[in-house]
Amino acid sequence: MTILATRRDILRTGAATGAAFATLLLVRPVLAKPEEMEAAIRAFTGSAPVAKGKVELVLPALVENGNSVPLTVNVAHWMEPNDYVKTIAVFNEKNPQPNVATFHLTPRAGRASVSTRIRLGDSQKITAIAQLSDGSFWVDEAEVIVTLPACAES
Amino acid sequence: MARTLINVPPTAKRGEVVEIKTLISHPMETGFRTGPDGALIPRDIIHRFTCTYNGEEIFSADLFPAITANPFITFTTVATESGELALSWTDDKGQTQMETAKITVE
Amino acid sequence: MSAGSRRLSFLGVGLVMSALVGSAAVGLADADGDSRRSGFDFMGPQTQAMQGDDTSNPGMLAVLEGEDIWNRKAGAADKSCADCHGDAARSMHGVAAHYPAFDTGTGGPINLDQRINTCREKNQEAEPFPWESEEILALSAYVGLQSRGLPVQVGDDTRLAGAIKAGGEAFHRKQGQLDFSCADCHDANWGRKLGGSVIPQGHATGYPIYRLEWQSMGSLQRRLRNCMAGVRAEPYSYGSPEFVELELYLMSRSRGMAVETPAVRP
Repeated sequence: MTILATRRDILRTGAATGAAFATLLLVRPVLAKPEEMEAAIRAFTGSAPVAKGKVELVLPALVENGNSVPLTVNVAHWMEPNDYVKTIAVFNEKNPQPNVATFHLTPRAGRASVSTRIRLGDSQKITAIAQLSDGSFWVDEAEVIVTLPACAES
Repeated sequence: MARTLINVPPTAKRGEVVEIKTLISHPMETGFRTGPDGALIPRDIIHRFTCTYNGEEIFSADLFPAITANPFITFTTVATESGELALSWTDDKGQTQMETAKITVE
Repeated sequence: MSAGSRRLSFLGVGLVMSALVGSAAVGLADADGDSRRSGFDFMGPQTQAMQGDDTSNPGMLAVLEGEDIWNRKAGAADKSCADCHGDAARSMHGVAAHYPAFDTGTGGPINLDQRINTCREKNQEAEPFPWESEEILALSAYVGLQSRGLPVQVGDDTRLAGAIKAGGEAFHRKQGQLDFSCADCHDANWGRKLGGSVIPQGHATGYPIYRLEWQSMGSLQRRLRNCMAGVRAEPYSYGSPEFVELELYLMSRSRGMAVETPAVRP
């Protein structure tokens, strides 16, 4: 019996009993689908077009541990008082929730570059979208492979 | 008060872009894990981070459960004048922790 | 079920572990340490960078906590560690590199956590910190940091020869449902893959570590319990003599390698 289920245990609903699965469904969706990520992205961009370019999403291709994945987003655009990168939003495909983080920058940043560490429950696509002060949106995506580590607690 | 590790260069040249690194001790409980009794452990994360430079907000972030425990956030700012950076983290209970760091700009 | 299919079903990715174990053993070098490599070398560049940067290593949060505890008065004697030991950078320099050490009180090996707690009880007249508590991990991380970069110096004390031998026997003994010994992976198959992970040599030079899997600090004993769960063996209890002997053996096996506390590991 697993004493303390990790979110990966919950995600692998194939192992869960029917009753447990139903309970999890009542609380919140267990597996996010690509449509949820699309919906979250649309909530951020509205109906505006999203262009490829300017954004560089840096993630390791093969992740050593999904519990802590270093992530960096660099946007190749100047940071001038009237023309700058306003927001960087990061989304994921398969975690229980599609949002990862939303960074709000000001022209005082000097350059548009943020880093953090994220959790990934499965191999999936990560999307980073930058919104400029002129209202335009730019995107970069990355596919990440997440494996389970050897010899864990349970 | 959670433990924090903040890296702001103590001195910088005027106009130089400096990198600020922040680390705070926090479990970032997602709300998706079950405890030993089978019940869901309630969500408890830091959901907001802000940084001001001599009182003006220069950076902020909205964080979600996908951010790893002991959240690590780095960003940049232009060293404009000597003064104080104030960093704050707000959790789901509405509690805010603030730390400050001084910077001397030549 | 045969042993072979048990291994395959455990690993779940069709990794042919049985073939690996049967292949030519890649043994460790002798005490000159030429082929000994730290777990650091088997990590990806991002995790190495996390350990290498004190401004982003989550283990440093525990070190800061430990520094606070070092300076905090405690117990009926109302003394802090600093009251007797002064500046840890001076008084604790090289100390962690000698642990587990011989304890004249018990006549056997004692690890750093036990030594800290003995001091707490005898000199501060305070309650010992529980195994794996935030406080003991913080203190041992802080004390361990004062030996960072110094070579491990464990195993030369003849009084511990019997305990080292017992630890070595445990290291080489097959155990668990999967019937693996520590040596089967960490001596015979280091550098090869177990699922998606590279098998390290099992040198415990960075403890207590910040393990990404735990998203927190943990002791060597916690990690060893994970190893034992990994081969489906009943893990030893925290603080059991078997554990201290195994720790002692592991550290004597790493003699001369650099202390890395607080390390980051996947």
